[in-house]
Formats: sequence, C-alpha cells, structure tokens
Amino acid sequence: MNDFPLLTLIIWLPILGGIVVLASGDKSPNISKWIALSFALLTFLVSLGLWVGFDSSTAQMQFVERSTWIPTFNVEYYLGVDGISMPLIVLTTFITIFVIVAGWEVIVYKPTQYMAAFLIMNGIMVGVFSALDAILFYVFWEAMLIPMFIIIGIWGGPNRVYATIKFFLYTFFGSVFMLIALIYMYFQSDSFSILDFHSLQLSMTAQVLIFIAFLLAFAVKVPMFPVHTWLPDAHVEAPTGGSVILAAIMLKIGGYGFLRFSMPITPDASASLAWLIIALSLIAIVYIGFVALVQQDMKKLIAYSSIAHMGFVTLGFFIVFNITQNPVLSSGSIMGIEGGMVQMISHGFISGALFLCVGVLYDRVHSREIADYGGVINTMPWFGAFMVFFAMANAGLPGTSGFVGEFMVILATFRADFWWALIAATTLILAAAFTLWMVKRVIFGEVKSEKIAVLKDLNPRETFNLSVLALVVLALGIWPAPLVNVMHETVANLVTQTSICKLPADEIDHCVLMQPKPIAATLHN
Amino acid sequence: MQFDAANLTTILPEITILVTACLVLVVDLYLKEKNKDVNHKLSLFGLVIAVALTGVVGGGERVVFFDGNLVHDRISDLLKGSILIVSLFVFVYARSWLKDRNMLVGEFYVLGLFAVLGMLIMVSANSFLTIYLGLELQALCLYALVAFDRDSKKGAEAAMKYFVLGALGSGMLLYGISMIYGATGTIEFGQVAQAIAEKGLSNQVLVFGIVFLVIGIGFKFGAVPFHMWVPDIYEGAPTPAVLILGSAPKIAAFALAVRMLVDGLQNLHSDWHGMLLILAVLSMGLGNLVAIAQTNIKRMLAYSTISHVGFIFLGLLAGSNQGYASAMFYTIVYALMAAGAFGILLILSRKGFDVENLEDLKGLNDRDSWYAAMMAIVMFSMAGVPPTVGFMAKLLVLEAVIRIDLVWLALVAVIFSIIGAFYYLRVIKLIYFDRPMLNLPELVTTNGVRFAMTINGLALLMLGLFPTALLSLCQAAFV
Repeated sequence: MNDFPLLTLIIWLPILGGIVVLASGDKSPNISKWIALSFALLTFLVSLGLWVGFDSSTAQMQFVERSTWIPTFNVEYYLGVDGISMPLIVLTTFITIFVIVAGWEVIVYKPTQYMAAFLIMNGIMVGVFSALDAILFYVFWEAMLIPMFIIIGIWGGPNRVYATIKFFLYTFFGSVFMLIALIYMYFQSDSFSILDFHSLQLSMTAQVLIFIAFLLAFAVKVPMFPVHTWLPDAHVEAPTGGSVILAAIMLKIGGYGFLRFSMPITPDASASLAWLIIALSLIAIVYIGFVALVQQDMKKLIAYSSIAHMGFVTLGFFIVFNITQNPVLSSGSIMGIEGGMVQMISHGFISGALFLCVGVLYDRVHSREIADYGGVINTMPWFGAFMVFFAMANAGLPGTSGFVGEFMVILATFRADFWWALIAATTLILAAAFTLWMVKRVIFGEVKSEKIAVLKDLNPRETFNLSVLALVVLALGIWPAPLVNVMHETVANLVTQTSICKLPADEIDHCVLMQPKPIAATLHN
Repeated sequence: MQFDAANLTTILPEITILVTACLVLVVDLYLKEKNKDVNHKLSLFGLVIAVALTGVVGGGERVVFFDGNLVHDRISDLLKGSILIVSLFVFVYARSWLKDRNMLVGEFYVLGLFAVLGMLIMVSANSFLTIYLGLELQALCLYALVAFDRDSKKGAEAAMKYFVLGALGSGMLLYGISMIYGATGTIEFGQVAQAIAEKGLSNQVLVFGIVFLVIGIGFKFGAVPFHMWVPDIYEGAPTPAVLILGSAPKIAAFALAVRMLVDGLQNLHSDWHGMLLILAVLSMGLGNLVAIAQTNIKRMLAYSTISHVGFIFLGLLAGSNQGYASAMFYTIVYALMAAGAFGILLILSRKGFDVENLEDLKGLNDRDSWYAAMMAIVMFSMAGVPPTVGFMAKLLVLEAVIRIDLVWLALVAVIFSIIGAFYYLRVIKLIYFDRPMLNLPELVTTNGVRFAMTINGLALLMLGLFPTALLSLCQAAFV
C-alpha cells in the first residue's frame, strides 16, 4: 500500500477530470456537470485514503513519492504529507464538491469551463499542500493563480476585471520574492528539498531577509493587514464558488506557508520578528473587526470577517516564539499552533458555508446589499435556520468548530501575555456584533419588499450543501479530538524545530532560542 | 586553403535550404496564379528535410572546417534545429494571410528561406567575416520582407527605418570587428581568444572594439538604448514579416552574441559583463514599462520583446556555462512564444482586416475557445507564470544571476516581471472576460494552422512541465 502513488492520484485525477470536462464541450452541459461532479466525488473518496492510512504517531512525512524532475538543478517531484498538510488536503477535496454542486444551475455562461476550472484548481491546491520540493511547491503555488484569475474574471460581478487583476498582481508580487529566497537557499544547501531547508544553518541577516521574502508571499495570501485590500474586492466580485474556494482554501495556503517555510527555516528571525506578526495579527483582529461592522455588502462583510479570523491563525502560530522562550510553558506553544490549525480548518467550513448562503440569496434576489433584505426567515425558514447557525459559528459560539480554534489560541496567548490575550478576546465580541447584526438585518424583521415576499426556500441541491457543512461544523465543535490528534505529533515536532537556534557557530552568541547541544557532549554520552 | 569534401555533409541543412530557395525561385516562374500554393509546400518540404538532416549530421565532436570559417558543434546543432522548426511554424501561420491578400507569391518564400539560410550561417560561423556575411544575408532579406506589401505606405516607411538603422548597427559591428582584428591580427574566433590570452588583457583597442561589438549586438537584439527601430517596424511591417523577424532572428542574434563574446572574447568577460548588465536592466525596465501604455498589440509585443531581451542578457552576462545555457534556453523558448503570439494575430486577421489593436482580441474565447486557450498559454508563458515554460526560462536565468551573487539584479528582474505581468494579463482579460464585437464573421482556419498552433501552444506547456530534454541539450552545448 505504501508504494501506491496516492498523492499523485489526488493531484492529477481532478486535473484529468478538468480536461475531460473541457473536452466534453458545451453542447450537453448536463453530462459535463455530472462528469465534473463524479470526478470531484472520486477525488474526495481517494483523499479519504490519506486520512485512513495516516499514522498519527509520527511527525515523519508519509505517502512520500520521490523521483527526479529536473536533474541538473536537483529539482525533484517530491511529495509527502504530515499532520499539518493532510487535513488541509482533505478539506480541499471536500470543499470542491460543494463548489461544483453550488454552480449547477446558476452558471449559465460556459458551464463546462467553470466546472473544469474548479477541478483543475482542486488538483493544483492539493499539489501546493503536498509538495516537498521548493520549486514544485512554487510551480503549484503560482499555477493556482491562473484558474482563479479566470474564474473571477469570467463569471464575476460588474467590477470583476479590476478585482481579478488586483488579485493576480498582489499575489504575484508577493511570491516572486519567495522565489528569489528559494533559489538563494538552493545555493546554500545544494538541494531544493524543503526538508533540507529545514536543517540549513543561516546567518541572522540571511534569515531576516528570507523571512521578509516569505512574509511578503504568505502575508498577501493570508491576507494580513496591511496587504489585505485585494481580498474584499476579489470576494465581492467572484462568483459564489470562487469566493468559497478563496476563503476556504486559498487563504489557508498562506497560513500553511508560515508553518512549512517561515517558522522552521528561519526560527531565529521569526523569533526576533514575532512581535511584528503578532502586532499585525492583533490589528487585523480588532481593526478589521470594526471595518466589518460597517459593511453594507454581505460578501464584503464576510470577507473582512475572514481577515479577522485569519489574524487569529497567524497570532496562534507566532505566539509560540514568546512562549518557547520560557521552556516551562512549552505545552502552550503546541496549543497555539494547533489552535491556529483548527481555526484554519473550521474557518474553511464556516466561511465556505456563509458564502454559499450569500450565494443562495444572490441567486434569487441578485443583490448583496444588506439593505435590500429583511425578514427572509418568513419566506425561507430553512434557509434562515442554516444562516443563523453558520453566523453563530462564525461568531465563535461554543459547540461549533469556530469556538475551538479561537479558544485554543486565546489560551495560548494568555501564557505569553495577558494584554495580548485580552485584545485577541475582543474578537468574540466584535465577531458576534458584525455577524449577528447582519443576520438580524437580513433574516429577521418584517418582510422588506415584494422580492423577499416571493422567495422560495432552499432547493434539494442547496439543502444538501448547507446541511452537510452544518453537520461538519457541529461535529468538529463538539468533538475536535480526531483532528487535533492527527496533527499533534507534527506540531510538537515543529515546536521543537522552532525552538532551536539555527545560527552558524560564529553568531551563536546572538541566539535567543535554545542552543543546539554541542556535538562533543553528545559524543561523550 | 584546405577544402575537404567530407565537410560538405556537415552543412547539408544549409545546402538544403539554399537548394529549396533556388527551386522556389525557378518553379515560381512556371506556376499559374491558382497553383501558387506549390511554393508553400515546397518551402515546408525543404524545411522539414533540413530539420531531419540537422538531426542526422548533428552530434559528434566540435569540428572547425572550411579554413576556419565554419564550426560545427552542439551549439550550432541546437540553434539550427530551433531556427528551422520555428521557421516551419512561421511559414504555416503566414499562408492564409498571404493568400487572402493575393500575396502568396514565390518571392515571400525565397526571401524567407534566404533569411533562414543567413541565420544558419551565423549560427555556425567561426570567424567575424562569416558571421557578418550571415548577418547581412539575413538582414537584407528581412528589409525586403518588411517592404513586402508594396502598396502600404506604413510598410515602406518601416522598411526604410529598418534598413537605415540596421545598416547603422551593422556598421558599428563592422567597426568593432576591425578593431578586434587590429588588436589581435586575426578574425577567427579561436585565434582571437588565443591571442588575447597570450597578449594580456589591457589593450584599449580591444575594449573599444568590444564596445562597438556590444552596440552591434544590442542593435540586432533590439536592446535599450538601441531599440528605437523595434516598435516602429513591428507596427508598420505586414504581420507575416513581423512574425518572421520577431521569432527566429532572435535565435540568430543569440548566436551572434555567443560566437563573438563567448567563443572569441570570453577572456574579456569582465569588460563586456558590465555593458550587458546596463543593457539588460534598461531593456527590462523600459520594455515592461512602456508596453503597458500601448494600445496597438504589435507595438505591445515589440516592447515585450525588448524586455525579454533584457532577460536573455541576464543569462549571458553571468559569464558561466550555466548562464549561457540558461540564456540559450530562454532564447529558444522566446522564439516559440513569439511565433505563437504573432501566429494568433495572423489567424485572427482576415481578408481586408488586420489585427492591429488589443481590442481586436476581444472575446476570442467566445469565438474559438481552443485558440483562446493557446493564446492564454502564450501570454502566461511570456509573463513567466508556471507551469508554462516561460517560468522555467526565467527561473534558470535568475538562478544563473544569483549564482554569481548578483541577488540585487535578480530582484530588479523579478520586480520588472511583475510590472510586465500586467499587460499580458490585459490580453487574457480581453480574450476571456470581454464579449466579442457584434457581426464578426466566423473564425475560419485550415487544419494545418490549427494543428501547428496546437503543437506550438502545448509545447510551451509541456516544456514547462518537462524541461529536462531541452535543458540538457542547452547544457550539453556549453561544457
């Protein structure tokens, strides 16, 4: 079983599916849609094989596939997953199904290209999460932009061209600096393997520069304050499916990048610049929370709420450096990263579901303005129930998955600094304020207009989407242990990695992190 | 004068092209108006044979023959093959455009084939004299091709400009050559290199000579500040002529640079390194910035060429075998991309209508989604977005630059490529996000063109996914 190229299958199966769908043409869209759906389902089922076959007692890479790709530069086709990337891959393949279903009847213009774009996107995103070779990672990372650019540009709203070009250029801008950093590290380590980068000794100056290069790439993707401005534009203009993929998965790729690259490769720079990330995260949580409060457009509101929630993720990751400097509290640092991870997964479901909800309304009324709605619950009771549930989850209500991650991050932050934790905790109030106020205006109250009065409740397709997502959100909220267990060993290993100084011997005096054990001492033992 | 008849086999590709050109010249006289397609078929046939022969006689040890005037090595093999293949695409794309305008005449093919012959000679030149002869043969044919649409005022103007500036460039080159000759007493690259190694490096005449050589190379490549002719000629010349002069001649220009600077003047690398560096930064900067402001797509592609030349120079200036190989990879790939881009413009043109403005690409996806996809691949490749080969090419060049510790230069290059991404994205925007104008006739193309464009576009994708084959050829050329 171990030799079976499972990851390759999960990457290329949907891409192949996309090509098949494209080839099937626009003549019989229904057949193409079914082909697309079956490929999405099949990919998800295959990816469950990862979860089942995953050994959560080790931090080693699993399902490893390794063969040469460009021999002259030591670039390899090197895939593998650990406890951090595996859940994200399953999330990716899972969410894609809903995107395909959600676009079933709504997309009238060139539906096959729409479905194919999402299938290809699915494969590429799995590739990003499973690549262990830096160039392979970069290729997937950039290739991801192409389908998304086209999705927003073709099927988006009125201002889609501005939004999609802004999206592309922002992300492109961030990532080219990462490319330079990767090539630089290739010359240091003579290998493009990410795991070899992890064991690379780098001087402080090099670490800081590499850290900044990575920060530019990942901060744009997450997105962190102040490079977040592309996200509201992209979300508002994107079609429902595009928003779902953006919020549920593409933002996670930024967070994943911090865990896979920044923290283990440049731990010393991360430790000395952690204050910067923490500050930006807190700004995102509080300031963006307030910005979300005043939004008139539902999608924009959820987009800003995503930024605030992703602030929690980066906070959870980088608070680690303030905890590990005090070795007594090391369990707190594991909790910080795990909290961030749980938050990423849960936000994937919740934001995806909220965008689907907005999509349901938009398909009927063709407006995203909050002011156009009111009293939807009177005509769409089932929909109202789902929307309220997901809004509660977004606000971090205990019992939903939204609570678990936030709670863990706040607990971890408490170990580092009381005041930071206090600021972070304001999100519970702010998120409740902006989501519930939106729900109040949209769902409750008198029936606002004739358009609302004639609304039809959910069709079976939409009911399927929302109820499955609701179940997952609830399940993760009540019993998050399986998810946490899967990643525990990997996160513990990551924390060890980030707590050991990687400076070369002549700079060892500047170490703020633990110094590696001298070799002589280990020899005597 | 030594002459070894056995060496004639090594230049079989050149002989084939020469014979084909002469054949077309004669056969055309006896062809009726409706049979002019024979010229086309004959030329393609000749090119295919030449490609096959390049493969057959290729490989083996480096040989210098014909009294030190020609050389046969892996560089010449690969570059010859690329020039011939790119020219094949060019001739296939150009056919319907010419036919629609009653210009499908033998002269086009004769001039085109002689230009190809000139490029082949440049590629395998081993002395300044041969390379100059090849260059002039190519250039004269191209001047005539630019003026090929006899009644077009714009075309005539462009040809005039091209001729005057091209002659100026050639003059500079010749002046540089004379200085090198004066300083070293020889025009053969190998002996020049030897003479420099023996006499030491401090000869001012040599450095002056290099300045003029680099100016000449800059002219032929169209690098800033010797780029003024590029946009005007691209705009004014008939599109098939632009297709010819925008694709394969870049490969020949690369050969010009490699033969002179690397084969002959490698020891003076520290002198020409700085000159190329300035040209590279200026080209990338000006090319990318000015391209944004263009509304004429041919002008836009002209400025895009200029920026790509900057990237090619990055690989050259690295001065290492790896750098040359990366520049070679970039050049070949660029020629393919340019052929694809202008090919699409030709496909979109029809009787009485030439694609001139960006607007003309509007809604291509609605009209023909396959060509739209191919154009999108070309554009993403030019922008350097993976998984297309344009990314691989940029990656290799950046690697070469970072290897010699010029990280700042790599940063400059990527910043300009971000700026450049914008105008390529705008083309994709027009193709995919905009609806076509009303009342457009249906897009009709022959199967041959569709097949060639498919190969061309997919090659850009597949070379990006599996670059090893071409890359190892490029690296084997510089060992």
